[in-house]
Amino acid sequence: MTVVRYIEANGTEHRVEAENGISAMEAAVKHSVPGIDGDCGGAAACATCHVYVDPEWLAKTGPAADGLEKSMLEFAEDVRETSRLACQIEVTGKLDGLVLRLPDRQH
Amino acid sequence: MTALASATTTATEADSLPLDRIDVSRADLFERNVEGDYFRRLRREDPVHYCAESTYGPYWSVTKYNDIMAVDTNHQVFSSEAGYGGIVIDDNIQKGGDDGLQLPNFIAMDPPRHDEQRKAVSPIVAPGNLAKLEGTIRERVCRVLDNLPVGEEFDWVDNVSIELTTQMLATLFDFPFAERRKLTRWSDVTTAEPGGGIIDSWGQRKGELLECAGYFQNLWNERVNLTEPKSDLISMLAHSPATRNMKPEEYLGNVLLLIVGGNDTTRNSMTGGVYALHQNPAEDAKLRNNPALIDSMVPEIIRWQTPLAHMRRTAVADAELGGKTIRKGDKVVMWYVSGNRDETAIDRPDEFIIDRQRPRQHLSFGFGIHRCVGNRLAEMQLRILWEEILQRFSRIEVLREPERVRSNFVRGYANLPVRLHA
Repeated sequence: MTVVRYIEANGTEHRVEAENGISAMEAAVKHSVPGIDGDCGGAAACATCHVYVDPEWLAKTGPAADGLEKSMLEFAEDVRETSRLACQIEVTGKLDGLVLRLPDRQH
Repeated sequence: MTALASATTTATEADSLPLDRIDVSRADLFERNVEGDYFRRLRREDPVHYCAESTYGPYWSVTKYNDIMAVDTNHQVFSSEAGYGGIVIDDNIQKGGDDGLQLPNFIAMDPPRHDEQRKAVSPIVAPGNLAKLEGTIRERVCRVLDNLPVGEEFDWVDNVSIELTTQMLATLFDFPFAERRKLTRWSDVTTAEPGGGIIDSWGQRKGELLECAGYFQNLWNERVNLTEPKSDLISMLAHSPATRNMKPEEYLGNVLLLIVGGNDTTRNSMTGGVYALHQNPAEDAKLRNNPALIDSMVPEIIRWQTPLAHMRRTAVADAELGGKTIRKGDKVVMWYVSGNRDETAIDRPDEFIIDRQRPRQHLSFGFGIHRCVGNRLAEMQLRILWEEILQRFSRIEVLREPERVRSNFVRGYANLPVRLHA
């Protein structure tokens, strides 16, 4: 189990003990974290699991991948250097304590 | 008894043909509402199906949810480019018959041009702008609903669905409000083939669309030189670096894309929701006991209706899909209407269930870079409509079965006779 902290735009924090091997989107949906939709089920094809990786963690998660993840983020709202699609972040032991901030709403 | 008898007939019809004779592009299947039997058979027996002969030439049908997702997210191999035929099965919709009108637009483009042009218009449906539109939409919904007769028969399609979606479009384009039904007509004409009841010939279609082009050219000319650009779609196109130097036919193409995208789709979901609740009285009761379910009902309506039955791509390289080899140059049709009924991806897919766990997992908006740009606006319009319906009417009684549109693309209703109960 790996701890992932999801922080809503209004500051509310959801601390989730996520199973290793699933994505940060799936972990959020499983634990009913509001503000992560995941409409496409994890294919980087809808951009409704847009998150901002806390800058301290960005080196460990890596930036958005070339290909579909980057293309889909092109059309998301308020995209920043730290933007990722949570469905493309695999939960592993090295991410224990990972902080992901959520946008106002998924668009 | 009649309904049962006809159900048996169509099941036999879909099951009796040899597989290689099945052609799901026949518009009459959709008009008769029997396409579901054909797609059920293809999903079961030949989910990636080749049809060698049809009105539109040979094409592949992709019928299962995951295969559709695989095509939709692989835009490098499955192109939307107009030059290959664009995004609907009928190449003529893109090129307008033999001496037709070319209508380039960003949904029928690949990156990078697609990305640039899409970004020019997407701010109109950004969250901030949607919040601004909400009040206007609610006010108009209330006005339309308050003027409906209670206890008398009327057509829901014309009086509510068309009226509300057309008003919305007029607002987005800042189009002369009194002439807004022109938008409805141009939307219908854009997706029409001769013989479907809307136009008689490609020539007639071209004539009407040129009239549309002239009208929109005037609106462009009025707005392009304003030093303070207005916030409507035409002003956005006229002022964005990505679109301000478009050729006239490309401007028309993009305008028509936005008209069709915002019109047929939401219109038929507005009607589909009424029809679905009529067919499922237990769901109607659930909704009335708990109006908060509107939030999950809206995406369920959009799935259940699937207002655009398909999107088409053209393979630009050989590709394997579901054990079949698709060749470079082949036409590939993703049948969203079938993927949204795929029992291996969606629980009890034929049923209308307003409190599904993951209601937004459906294909109606497409996935990948061409995903519907207006999806949140569409959901907002439907949400407000249902919030206000529940405030006013205890029941919307459907008096007779609706007539359906003869089209393999727009999955919609020509009419829906209803009576409101106070």
